Parts: sequence; structure tokens; C-alpha cells
Amino acid sequence: MADLSSTFAGIRSPNPFWLASAPPTDKEYNIQRAFEAGWGGVVWKTLGEAGPPIVNVNGPRYAALYSQDRRLIGFNNIELITDRPLEVNLAEIARIKRRWPDRAVVVSLMVPCEENAWRAILPQVEDTGCDGVELNFGCPHGMSERGMGSAVGQVPEYIEMVTRWCKQYSRLPVIVKLTPNIADIRPPALAAQRGGADAVSLINTINSVMGVDLDALLINPNTGGTGSHGGYCGPAVKPIAQNMVAEIARTPEMASLPISGIGGITNWRDAAEFIALGCGNVQVCTAAMTYGFRIVQDMIDGLANYMDDKGFAHIDDFRGRAVRSIVNWNQLNLNHVEKARIDQDACIQCGRCHVVCEDTSHQAITATKNGQRHFEVIDAECVGCNLCVSVCPVPQCITMHALKPGEIDARTGQSVPAAYANWTTHPNNPARAPSSV
Amino acid sequence: MPLPDIKSGRLSACQYSVNFSDAHPPLTPAQALIEAERCYYCFDAPCINACPTGIDIPSFIRRIGEDNLRGAAKAILEANVFGGMCARVCPTEVLCEQACVRNTHEDKPVEIGLLQRHATDAYFKAPGAPLFARLGPTGKRIAVVGAGPAGLSCAHRAALLGHDVTVFEARPKPGGLNEYGLATYKTVDGFAQREIDWLLAIGGIEIRHGQALGEQITLAELSAQFDAVFLGIGLGGVNALGLASESTPGVGNAVEFIAGLRQASDVAAVPVGRRVVVIGGGMTAVDAAVQSRKLGAEEVTIVYRRDQQRMPASGYEQDWALRNGVTIRTWSVLKALDTSMGHVESATFAEVGDIAGRLEATGRLWSLAADTVLKAIGQTLVLADPGLATVALQSGRIAVDAEGRSSLPNVWAGGDCTWGGRDLTVEAVEHGKIAAYSIDRALGFMRSDAGARRLRRAAAA
Repeated sequence: MADLSSTFAGIRSPNPFWLASAPPTDKEYNIQRAFEAGWGGVVWKTLGEAGPPIVNVNGPRYAALYSQDRRLIGFNNIELITDRPLEVNLAEIARIKRRWPDRAVVVSLMVPCEENAWRAILPQVEDTGCDGVELNFGCPHGMSERGMGSAVGQVPEYIEMVTRWCKQYSRLPVIVKLTPNIADIRPPALAAQRGGADAVSLINTINSVMGVDLDALLINPNTGGTGSHGGYCGPAVKPIAQNMVAEIARTPEMASLPISGIGGITNWRDAAEFIALGCGNVQVCTAAMTYGFRIVQDMIDGLANYMDDKGFAHIDDFRGRAVRSIVNWNQLNLNHVEKARIDQDACIQCGRCHVVCEDTSHQAITATKNGQRHFEVIDAECVGCNLCVSVCPVPQCITMHALKPGEIDARTGQSVPAAYANWTTHPNNPARAPSSV
Repeated sequence: MPLPDIKSGRLSACQYSVNFSDAHPPLTPAQALIEAERCYYCFDAPCINACPTGIDIPSFIRRIGEDNLRGAAKAILEANVFGGMCARVCPTEVLCEQACVRNTHEDKPVEIGLLQRHATDAYFKAPGAPLFARLGPTGKRIAVVGAGPAGLSCAHRAALLGHDVTVFEARPKPGGLNEYGLATYKTVDGFAQREIDWLLAIGGIEIRHGQALGEQITLAELSAQFDAVFLGIGLGGVNALGLASESTPGVGNAVEFIAGLRQASDVAAVPVGRRVVVIGGGMTAVDAAVQSRKLGAEEVTIVYRRDQQRMPASGYEQDWALRNGVTIRTWSVLKALDTSMGHVESATFAEVGDIAGRLEATGRLWSLAADTVLKAIGQTLVLADPGLATVALQSGRIAVDAEGRSSLPNVWAGGDCTWGGRDLTVEAVEHGKIAAYSIDRALGFMRSDAGARRLRRAAAA
């Protein structure tokens, strides 16, 4: 069986599934249950500096976006960092680490953007025996208004500065958690690397307003009539997270920067995708908050079976293997031509492919043939856009097929060239590079 | 000789109430949302084409999913004013649900009938502002004979189109078979009358009861007094067995048994035999047999002359009968009703076989002891009015074209009294609807786009 053990930024854990810094990792009781359930590691819910604890709202802190059958697609929260005293958390962290030496225990931190604040807390954290720290530069609500969280994460210079302090005042591995509430993820990641970060983790949550109560015409949920934007996460954010992970992974200067993938990871497939995009491990929160801790067993089992099936002995055997396939648009091969094909035996005749192609795309799917209901791709119109595949309710009923070099594209009447050619050399591109031919 | 065992009160009060409660309980809101999610919102959806009234099923289901139950009900009721009753009685397994693409995908269609019931139940619970408004008055008057599904559908649509309608009904209550012909457990809590009260609330429709065609009114009078006449008179006669002992006490018509039960204020007071034999194979036979069981009959047997595949009752209805403890026996025709002390005592059947498409007796006979024998071998058109003497018929029913026009000038017809179709409520509703459009056009109006589209489709068919 595949070996799922992981060493991430020097931190060992028996599997790559960590619980992200969030309510599930707020205290000893929860983490005890998490480790009993089999989680490989935890990032302890963010600690703040000593003193009067943080105050949370005592109204709705969470809200969900549902599919029609009430499956949770997206999730939002306005919790702040831990609202328990620093000493209590530190004592519990020490007990947990002693009790679970083989598991990763990383402590998330967020203190004011002042050198003394970091210098004060880091030794205390290190004394717990924990394996590393994660710098919370991502929290988008509450703390950011106090100059912390994403307020730091949005300024690369601050990231670099704080990271450097942490490396200076602690021997622990430092993971910098990045906020997605920025235009380009690469500058903050590079800043973390320059500051000496051992790894980055991403994404934190995305600014969001979950809905409006249409009876009261108020933000929903709300606390006594008013609400605040919160952090969005869950399955819906996975594509956004994967893009940001890939942006870092394919930046040559950061090729060796370990990445902990976070964002909508719900099952082993999601985890495997993040690993294939370059992540050394993954962090999970929403899925645990939706189903409870035991999902980790399904994730471990699924990932192990996948790796056995593919012949991967270790996570490193496929880590980052998909990164090379992600390029800028201008590198895509414009000579490559695909057509959709509908498997008539699998087709259930719902006609969705036809109507969406007819109404919103290229009029490339029939509705009838010889007077009978019949859905078939018209190659002379099909641009290979994949919309029909996307809306078909039957898996594998509509598939995309590439034309071979030399075949005639019925839409253009042209033979498909064997040569690769992208936009940078395309005749329609006014700024094209001189042709190499 | 034992006396026939026919009596009421065979069961406890509690058991009666269980037996005659809603046979197919409605979906809960949670179930409805989950089921609504299963609809694929097909293009040119096969279910719409399979619905005789052409309800936009994907739209109403989507509206259920979007928490717009009023909009869902509107999508249903604008195509089928009896959408509430049809949700209860349609054989959806051979209509919309048979056409559902989910059958191909996973062998389990979307529960369209139950979703339709969910939407219409929610609407009828608190209808609120009217869903439909009548077009401006035309000054035209239309006579509708028969206040069944066909007649009231025609009346409602004609009233919407701005005409004034007078409905002539022989029975004391409106509804036709909705009121007199359905098993009690299919429409509980007085739904049939509530639905009609709602339907009439649009205005412009007057119902006159105790008005039978050929008795209190004649076609000639109606034709003279009204601008158009629609006949929705149903089938007033019951086929006979052709046996001398047919009028023996203990032998009755399933139709009357069903009507009596529907009209009974207390089902516990309705007598039923201990052993009941129902002759026939349609929905009437099933409704009579199952309700006999629910009244406490111990042995109930449906006897049909061919095999189960060819029974007019759908497979679903047959299963319903079997699940309720009814025995179905096939390949047998009634030969004799044996009597004792002036009451039926048993029925003797001749076994038959299919010899080159013809039923031929094998020579074997068998008997069933019976306290009650119910005939359910079909109903017939009764043409009591002299004005109908010359109307063109087809297979014993009034012949009409695709818009419901009969051979008589200014006379339209629809529902079970006309030829073609499967004698379904939903078909009768569509007959009434298209006839109203056809009448509207014949009277020189045609202000409804939906009507124009419907008539064009009829012309193309």
C-alpha cells in the first residue's frame, strides 16, 4: 500500500491531511477527537497576543450556500481568532503535542504588526513543543480592520518584514498563510519567500456576503439587523484556490517553495488535485465542519487506492506533476482542434446540449434527425467549446475528440496542421513575434 | 342455505378512517425540493408532449425548486384547470412519467404527479389573488351540457376568453366523474368541490342542476338560445352482461357502487358483501374491487376475459389492486349467475383461450361463491335527445375533429362521450379547452395567443 506519510517544511505527519486553523482546531478537546479520528496534523486556531481575549459576536457566525437539494456548496464565517486566553491555549498545545508526538501540531499566529509583539509570543509558542508556526495574514474580517490578518497579507512588504522577524526570533518552521483577497497571488508569495518563509499555505477565505433576507430586506444572516462581510470557503472556492496554488507552483523563482493547499478540499480527489498542482500537503476545514472528523478516513483510503492504482509509492511521486500543463493563454496551441461527440447509446434525450448550444453558443447540435428527436454534433459548426459536455447530466455521454494532424476541420475546411502554433506568432496578432519559419 | 352475507360496519371506525384516507400521501416540502432537483429541465421536454394538456412540466418543477409555489401552480393550471385533480388521478406512469428521460438514465422517473400535487395543494390551501383574468366581454353565450371535467374545462376557458357560459347538469352536484366516479381515497377532504368552487370564481359561469339533455332541455332549444353548444355528457349507460339473472339482488353496477361510496356521508354505513366478484378489467373494476376490500370484504376477485397485459387498467393500477388483497383471475367470461332464495350465490365462468385472436371457450367451467357481483364491463353513450339522432358517431361515440367539432353545426363535444383517446380525465380537460378555443374562433374572436397556437397544433396533428 502507498505510503501517505508526509514531510512538509520539515514537519512530519503520518498523512498529508491537516485540519486548517479554524474552529475545529480551537481547543484540546476538538483536537484530541481529530487525532483519534486519524488526522495527520492540525494548525491550531490562531492565537493572538496575551491580554484580554478577543470577543466574538453571539449571533450567527456561519452561513452556507446550498445546492437545491441542500448540499453545502459554499460556507462563510465571521469568527475571529481564538477567544480563549493565550495561556490556556499554550498549555493545551503542549499537552496535545506530548500526547500525539507523531502528529503535526502547527500554531497559527496573529499579533499586531510590531516586532515586539512577535518577539514576545514566539518563544512562548516554541516552548509548547509544537512543530511550527503559521502566520495568519489572511483573515478578511474583524482582525483586518485592526491592521492584522489580510491587512498584512495585502501588503507584500509587511509580509516579508513579519516573516523575517519570525525567522529571527524562532527556530520553528514558518508557514505564511496567504489571502486570496488580492489581484495577483505571486507578489505576496514572493515576499514570504524573501522573508525566509519555509512554506506558504493558501488560500485563506474570500470576502463574501452570503445573501439577503427578502422578507426583511436585510443582509442574511445578520446579528440583530446588521451583518458584516465574512470569509468564504468550501467546495465553491476550490477552483480559485487551485489557480492561486498553480500560479505559485509554476513561477520558477518559487519552484522549491513548499505549498500547503487549502480551499474547498472535501474528498481525496480534491486533495490529489492539489498535490498534483504542487502542494506538499493539504488543509481541510469546511468539509470537517460539514460532516465531522471521520471523513479523514475516507480521504486516506481514497488517496491510498488512487496511488496504488497509479503506482505512486509516495506523495512526492506525483506531487506537482500537473503543474507543467498550466501555461499562459498565449502559449495554447491554436492549431489543435477538438469536436464534441455524443454517444447515442448513453444519450437520455434531455436535449440540454442542444438548447444551450442553440441559444447561447454555436448552433452546433441538432434537435431532430429525419423528424425524430435526435441530438448530434454538427462538426461544421462545433468550435470544441465543451459547453455541451459541461451541461450533460450523463457522465461520459458527450466527450471531446481531437482531430489528428492532416484531418479536415469541417468548420474551417482546413487541414489540421501538425505544427504547434500559438497566439504569439498568429497572423491576427498585431504584436506577433517574427515567424520562425 | 346460508343467507347472503352483505352488511355495513365490518370494520372498526379507526380502520375505516385509515382505509379511506389519502391513498398516496402528498410529498413533504423537503421531499418536494429534493424531487424537484431531479428534473433536468429538458429541451422540448418529452413529458410536456406526453401530457394531454401540455403542462410546462419543467417550468413548474423549477418553480417548486425556487420556492415559487404560486408560479408553479399557475404554470399547471393555465394549461389544465383541473391540474389539482389530475395530479391525483392521472395514470402518470403511462403519461408524463413514462416519457421522463430519467427512465433511460436510472429507471426512475421524476415524480411529476406528486410534484404537481405539491404545487396545486399549496396553491389551493390559500389561493389569494386570482391567477387568471377574463378578457373583455364578447356578449356571446355558450351552452355547456355536463359539468364534468370536459364541460367545466370548456366553460372555464370560454369564460376566460370573455364569453358567458351556462352549464346544464343533470346531477345535483357538479364535477361529473370527479365527483361521482373516482375512488374515495383518491380525492379526500372534499377536494373535488373545492377545486370547482375555485374554478367558478373567475365569473361568467352559471351552473343549472337537474337539467338532463333530452328531458329538461333539448339540443334544439340550446342551439336556438346560445351562440354555441358544447356537449360533455359522458357515458350515461352501463354495458349489460346479457344474462337473464342480471337483475337478481346482489348483482350491481360498479359505477353506481363507486358513486354511492363517494356520496356516502359515512363509509362505515355502506354495506359490502363478504365475497365480491368484479367483472371487467378497467380502472372502474379496480376502484370497485379495492374499495370493496377497504370496506371489509374478505374475498374480492376481479375476473377478466383476457390476460393482465391487456387489461385496460394500467400495470400500476393492477399492482395497487393486488397490494390491497384483490385477486385477479384472467381468461374467463361469465357464463351464469347462480341464485339462491332470490339472491346471487355464485358466479360460473367459462375458461377461454385466444385462438388466432378470437376468444374461444376451452370447455372448462369454474365457479366463485359471491355475495355481491359488480359489473364493470364498460359504459355506453346515451343519446336521449332527438336533436342528436343525426349526429355522426364512431364506434358508438360522438365523432369529432381535432378541435372537438361534431357533425352538427355549432355543436362541439369532448370527454368520454366522444370517440378517440383513453377516457382519461386529463384528456377530457384538454377536449374542453381546445373546444373553447375553437368556439371562440368560430364566433369571430381569437384574442388568445395560446389559443391560436393550440389550434395550429391541432390543425397540424
